[in-house]
Amino acid sequence: MAALNDILSSGEPVPRHAPWPRAVVSRGAWQQAAGRLQAGEWSLLALWGDAWGDASGERGFAHMAVLEAATAQCAVLSVACDGNRFPSVGRVHAPAIRLERAMRDLLGLEPEGLEDARPWLDHGRWGSAHPLGAAQGSSARQYAFLPAEGHSLHQIPVGPVHAGIIEPGHFRFTANGETVVRLEERLGYVHKGTESLMAGASLEHGAVLAGRVSGDSTVAFSLAFSRAAEAALSVEPPPRAIWLRALLAELERLANHFGDIGAVCNDAAFSIMHAQCGWLREQVLRVAESGFGHRLMMDRVVPGGTLCDLSPGAAKAVLGLVAKLRTRFPDLVELYENTSSLKDRTVGTGVLSPALAQRFAAGGYVGRASGRTFDARRTPGYAPYDSLSFEVPVVQAGDVNARVWIRIGEVGQSLAIVESIVAGLPAGAVRVEMPASHAEGDREGVALVEGFRGDVLAWVRIGADGRIQRCHLRDPSWFQWPLLEAAIEGNIVADFPLCNKSFNCSYSGHDL
Amino acid sequence: MRKLLFKSLVLGPLTEPAPAASEEALAELAARVNEVSRRRLGRSLSIREVDAGSCNGCELEIHALNNILYDLERFGLRFVASPRHADVLLVTGPVTANMREALERTYRATPDPKWVVAVGDCARDGGVFSGSYACVGGVSAVLPVDLHIPGCPPSPTALLRGLIALLESTA
Repeated sequence: MAALNDILSSGEPVPRHAPWPRAVVSRGAWQQAAGRLQAGEWSLLALWGDAWGDASGERGFAHMAVLEAATAQCAVLSVACDGNRFPSVGRVHAPAIRLERAMRDLLGLEPEGLEDARPWLDHGRWGSAHPLGAAQGSSARQYAFLPAEGHSLHQIPVGPVHAGIIEPGHFRFTANGETVVRLEERLGYVHKGTESLMAGASLEHGAVLAGRVSGDSTVAFSLAFSRAAEAALSVEPPPRAIWLRALLAELERLANHFGDIGAVCNDAAFSIMHAQCGWLREQVLRVAESGFGHRLMMDRVVPGGTLCDLSPGAAKAVLGLVAKLRTRFPDLVELYENTSSLKDRTVGTGVLSPALAQRFAAGGYVGRASGRTFDARRTPGYAPYDSLSFEVPVVQAGDVNARVWIRIGEVGQSLAIVESIVAGLPAGAVRVEMPASHAEGDREGVALVEGFRGDVLAWVRIGADGRIQRCHLRDPSWFQWPLLEAAIEGNIVADFPLCNKSFNCSYSGHDL
Repeated sequence: MRKLLFKSLVLGPLTEPAPAASEEALAELAARVNEVSRRRLGRSLSIREVDAGSCNGCELEIHALNNILYDLERFGLRFVASPRHADVLLVTGPVTANMREALERTYRATPDPKWVVAVGDCARDGGVFSGSYACVGGVSAVLPVDLHIPGCPPSPTALLRGLIALLESTA
């Protein structure tokens, strides 16, 4: 049993990659790593391709970011794709399948042994295939959904344009009467080519793009991107900026959790919760607007620090907000808990087993409602959370109700964190300049940030000219969308909106 | 629940006064909306929202229009589930190549007379995503656009001002 350190040391370490180690390993070691993922000893944090070649420029690389459970160590392993091929991880570890299909679409890297030959993000409409690799040819438009055979089965195609005000995606239900036998998702409709726009961009522009990967997680993404860029260039933002970023991140978590709690109840036709939670969400957004100049706090976190500060007036407004939320929210929690017609819809609906949540390394409320204790603020952890005291609520039930309760628990924790941040905010500057260029050649950085939905990973390589060469941003939804397919099985079609909302996966963050 | 309902009764309505119609929007619309369609619709418009590639920031703010503070329906504006019931398509995002056909089909499914409102900076010209292999550009690259509501994302107040202008020019 090779541990992460053994596999790392068997390869060639890559200098100037921070803060985790990165090594280029052999195909054999790569397959061993896939085995560790399969055995559940490691969690897959990300898997992406890179057209960056050796001196001849004729081969790409596949990278995987992993977390070893026993040592809480994170690392990036890379394998050279000779002939544009690499050993598939998805062959033995299902969470990697869609990531590898996306790598094939974007870069033309072929995962050897991957059974599913269908494209994922590429719908045959980009004009050329493999836009991030050596572009050539165009791809097919037809797409075969997985078969479901049996008596009395019928299919319900839904989307990409849905009935509500939500993002586009296609759901193919196969049902037996009311009961869902299979749900197959088809995504990629909002693929915007963000990673191609990143290549060659300045860090400043990169932060703008990162802030628009998924609008509801704009703080989390710009924070992940900024921390990765800072790690790459060994820049330490001022302490005040680090604390302010956490304040923005917690306000974002609060706003989204209020929105989600209300929306889940609304999908169970209990609209008073929706109305009340909508009001709470609006209170958070208005404090964000008055204190930081943007309701969603877009473009406030940048490499080097933040573009906003907390004025004494804004600090008062934030504390006033906490007090207001603390007065109003408990009544709603009580209402949720005591309304049996509502609980009848949420309890026991859309159950996700702890084993699956663990296997897919599901982040956020999806994982924590199914017994997975992971929270990026704790492991690998980052400032200022190491000096703040908070709890990570975890339950085992894995149903819609559990995912609502995790959010309710996290609202309480975030309110306490917001208070401690305002009380303990260090004085000083909120931003340092990022170096415009550096002498040593390419530098790489990686960061993991806990967004409201789960852990967001950012990886960036910055050239000597200070421009981005390759940036990969992995939304938590990559590992949550497949679990929704599992959670809905055996439920009735009418409960799908409820299950879907309790997961609230991002389409834009996933499609990128 | 009774306790909460009583409290709400005592508090009075939380809905805020209506903002004025946006001057810029009125000017843009004056050129496009004709007398005939005004008479046919009356003071009510049904809106179908289509995300054609947005980052979901615009969707969050469009959602907020339905909350008790902005309360869109008091103006006779409401969101409907199908383009076949709609007078207005509210389109967000740089139109992605993968969404183009779905957007065109949604437009074709909407009965005449119809209006297209492009929401957000991306919907105007592709915004930060313009130039990408995966994006077609702004909404006007695919559909005739009657009104743009700028912003990244536009605030609910900005959205309301634009939509009220649309209502005033069509009513």
